[in-house]
Amino acid sequence: MALTLFRGIQTRPLLPYSTAFSARKHVIFCSMQSTQTEASTRSKQQAPSNFTETARAKAVEKVLKDFEAIIGIETHVQLSTTTKAFCSCAYNYGSQPNSCVCPVCMGLPGALPVLNSKVIKCAVMLGLALNCKLSLSSKFDRKQYFYPDLPKGYQISQFDIPIATNGFIDVDLPLEFGGGHRRFGITRVHMEEDAGKLLHTGSGRVPLLEIVSEPDMRTGIEAAEYAAELQRVVEIKNLNSFSAMSRAIDFEIARQAELYNQAQADEIVQETRLWEEGSQKTVTMRKKEGLADYRYFPEPDLPEVILTEEYVNGIRDSLPELPEMKRRRYEQMGLTMQDVLFLANDVNVAEFFDATIANISDIKLAANWIMGDIAAYMKNEKLSINEIKLSPQELSDLIGSIKSGTISGKIGKEILLELMEKGGTVKGLIEEKDLVQIVDPDEIEKIIDKVIANNPKQLEQYRGGKTKLQGFFAGQVMKESKGKANPGLLNKILVEKLNAKS
Amino acid sequence: MLSSVQNPRVLLLHCRRSKPFHHHHHHHHSKSIHAASLAHPISASIPTSQIQTIQKSILSREKTTRQFAEEFLNRLRLTEPHVKSFLHVSETVLNEADEIDRKIDRNEDIGPLAGVLVAVKDNICTADMPSTAGSKLLENYRPPYDATAVKKLKESGAIIVGKTNLDEFGMGSTTEGSAYHVTANPWNLEYVPGGSSGGSAAAVSARQCVVSLGSDTGGSVRQPASFCGVVGLKPTYGRVSRYGLVAYASSLDVIGCIGTSVADAGILLQSICGHDNLDATSSKREVSDFTSQFISKDYFESQPLKGLRVGVISETLGDGVDQEVVSSIRGAISHLEELGCTVTEVSLPSFSLGLPAYFVLASSESSSNLSRYDGIRYGNQTVSDELSAVYGGSRANGFGPEVKRRILMGTYALSAGYYDAYYKRAQQVRTVVQKSFKAALDVHDILISPAAPSAAYKIGEKKNDPLAMYAGDIMTVNVNMAGLPALVLPCGFVKDGSASLPVGFQMIGSAFDEEKLLKVGHIFEQTLQDMVVAMYHPPWNPGLLFLTSMADPLVTVVFAIVKAA
Ligand SMILES: [Zn+2]
Repeated sequence: MALTLFRGIQTRPLLPYSTAFSARKHVIFCSMQSTQTEASTRSKQQAPSNFTETARAKAVEKVLKDFEAIIGIETHVQLSTTTKAFCSCAYNYGSQPNSCVCPVCMGLPGALPVLNSKVIKCAVMLGLALNCKLSLSSKFDRKQYFYPDLPKGYQISQFDIPIATNGFIDVDLPLEFGGGHRRFGITRVHMEEDAGKLLHTGSGRVPLLEIVSEPDMRTGIEAAEYAAELQRVVEIKNLNSFSAMSRAIDFEIARQAELYNQAQADEIVQETRLWEEGSQKTVTMRKKEGLADYRYFPEPDLPEVILTEEYVNGIRDSLPELPEMKRRRYEQMGLTMQDVLFLANDVNVAEFFDATIANISDIKLAANWIMGDIAAYMKNEKLSINEIKLSPQELSDLIGSIKSGTISGKIGKEILLELMEKGGTVKGLIEEKDLVQIVDPDEIEKIIDKVIANNPKQLEQYRGGKTKLQGFFAGQVMKESKGKANPGLLNKILVEKLNAKS
Repeated sequence: MLSSVQNPRVLLLHCRRSKPFHHHHHHHHSKSIHAASLAHPISASIPTSQIQTIQKSILSREKTTRQFAEEFLNRLRLTEPHVKSFLHVSETVLNEADEIDRKIDRNEDIGPLAGVLVAVKDNICTADMPSTAGSKLLENYRPPYDATAVKKLKESGAIIVGKTNLDEFGMGSTTEGSAYHVTANPWNLEYVPGGSSGGSAAAVSARQCVVSLGSDTGGSVRQPASFCGVVGLKPTYGRVSRYGLVAYASSLDVIGCIGTSVADAGILLQSICGHDNLDATSSKREVSDFTSQFISKDYFESQPLKGLRVGVISETLGDGVDQEVVSSIRGAISHLEELGCTVTEVSLPSFSLGLPAYFVLASSESSSNLSRYDGIRYGNQTVSDELSAVYGGSRANGFGPEVKRRILMGTYALSAGYYDAYYKRAQQVRTVVQKSFKAALDVHDILISPAAPSAAYKIGEKKNDPLAMYAGDIMTVNVNMAGLPALVLPCGFVKDGSASLPVGFQMIGSAFDEEKLLKVGHIFEQTLQDMVVAMYHPPWNPGLLFLTSMADPLVTVVFAIVKAA
């Protein structure tokens, strides 16, 4: 007994970026089945062990004891190609509505759509990245419905033969939600034209790819991770928080379960619900959706889309490393899952990391710097890794300088801060500030002699058995050397000097 | 391109190169031309190409472009109140003619259609003239752009004389479906000119223009050409860009050419065809020089079509076809045999399935194509507060009954639960029709049928009987379903009471082989005179005289006017 309980939560449009794709919205298909009616045939999804950090999560966990949420996701990916999908008008996201319109975008009598070949390329790339089977011959259809801002009275879409089908996406859940690997099915990827926005005729008609998942997700966090992974796959460089999506779904799961428990299940209808961030609730946006008869039929104005093996292989060969491959690669380097997820899940961080480790052998050290001081700085300053002034080259130089003993770790941290804030080179900063570590034993000995001579009382106490004072002397020496004394040499000579029976 | 007929020496070369119709014509035969034909200078053979005549005259300054334009405009002024071919007549014709004359004075390139007055069906967009598609919904609509075909015409030097009447959105076979007025058949004003390109055919027939553009979705160029006694050419689907053609049924629509001679139809097609980046369904196939294959009568051998395999579609000469039409077609067939063709009957069992399938497909696509006319962007908006009332009201007031009928039919055919039974099944029929044509054209060079089951009928006769009107499309719709090219040309007359009305026959060719149709048609029309005169008895002679001399049907019109007064 599958009851479709609600359809669609539209999260806010995400900001567009000048990359190959940008996601506009996620329409979440969420349907729920009562496990009471078929408990014997379905095993329940085990709730993640520490999925209890908020009251919301607790509530959902409780609900999931009695119900199983079946969640599928429809994602609309807006292509930031420079031209529109079906005409040669230039397209700039955010430009004024109606600022660029031709007979085709306006749906004028006699105008005909012509598919932008970049749309096909993007669709093939996405299909391959999502492990889909590509249709070497697919077609367009007309989806007909009444909508004031649909100038032609129909939307060009792909109905029964989408360009890609039957794929999957691999996800590693965050450790704070119990971790674990999941594989979510992709039902289809198809091309369509944007239906536009109310009363801005001509603003729409931008290229879109729609990705429909299998109903493989069971919790808000799984859905959010699916969406986040999709964003990584389509190379959207901004990583938005998907917590709103996660919360919306969990709210909806709880809401529907509550209605069930109160024998009000008939109030659960097919509809589009909107997530209200302020009240942390979903509310009805459009009801009775999906009941429309779209009267699909093959689009006679566009020929079939024929892909050759050669074309597909060319695109396959040019695909960038996928996030899943990246995670497995980092895992094999010996990094912990914590490190792997942090580094691989933001394509910019991963790029930074990969560039850093290109020149040095200590991968773990590079990971620690990025996840430690650099991540903390980014968080405090609310900057992305591309916005800080530090380059991967300088980070590897910095790590190298510390390893070779040119500078101390402590000075390294200070330089790092300056590099992130103001830029510059490690070499330049070391020279400019005269930060080269003192490794000459004679020079260190001189400073030690001076410190010992200036502190006769403490020397007497040390020699009287208060050996803890070694730290005091070491600190004084380091201070005197302006932090440049090599700590190993310093301690070695200091101990010798302090213990010398004179 | 035009030089082939203008210059006997070039023509001679073409004649030598001319291919005999062998089944596989890979190689060229040199044909000897007997001395007698060499001795003949090229004559203004019948029917002559008006386009070539104009081009020759204005280039030699025998006549100015303005003089030609004035002749046509004078005739238009005289006949238009009775024929009513046009929805809009251009006011800049003479200025454009003068501009061409100035170019000639300056020895500038004038283009192959320079000074040629072309009428354009009003469902083809023109930037500087209204484009109503015969509908009230597009009254006063002026597109911001030229259709690709119109753009190409202008680039070739043509003068757009005006926009011609049609059945609303091309849906109809008489022009009675126009929201504005009914066009009359110039051969007899009580009769329909056919449709939906009735205005374009009547305008050419009445010599209101030199040639015209129509559109053909199920026979809308060919049937009116037959009714009006002119040549109608429906190109292969995709041969001419549809960009700027107001869509009726996108998978069937094609812009076609109407003229008084095969040569003119071919020259017109030459200038508008070819791939267009703005129409993804336009073909990238190379376009050959159609007119280079034209041979003047003076250079014919005794059997210029020897070896041409002609298949007569047997289903088109049976029940439901006017006997006089059948006789005319039989006459044309005999003529083709005289010219050397091997004629056999061929059966296309799927032929009768084509008509219902066509109406399902065309209606389905039209229900979608017309959904943009919501009364908000175009046409007369109904005053109402309620949004849906605005839409509903405008559509109810704006569309004529035939359009409403087809939108309803199409919406129904595409609806959930009916799609498989109607649309899908019609698509299957379409595939069968395509295959059966393909098979027939594998063993025949061309196929022959009447252009319509009858000659023109009286205005009002079928107006309230849509099924009878639909049945009239039986000869033509299959060709659109198969996407093939077809040429209709006059081959005789039938008598209806005191009226003598022209009949056309249809030649169907393989996809993208317009060249062959034009070549055969050109030979046919030049030789028809003697054959027909010999074949028919006196009662037909007056009509035959019109046909064979391609005499101006204006005479008929004037005669009718006199009678009416
Ligand atoms: Zn555009």
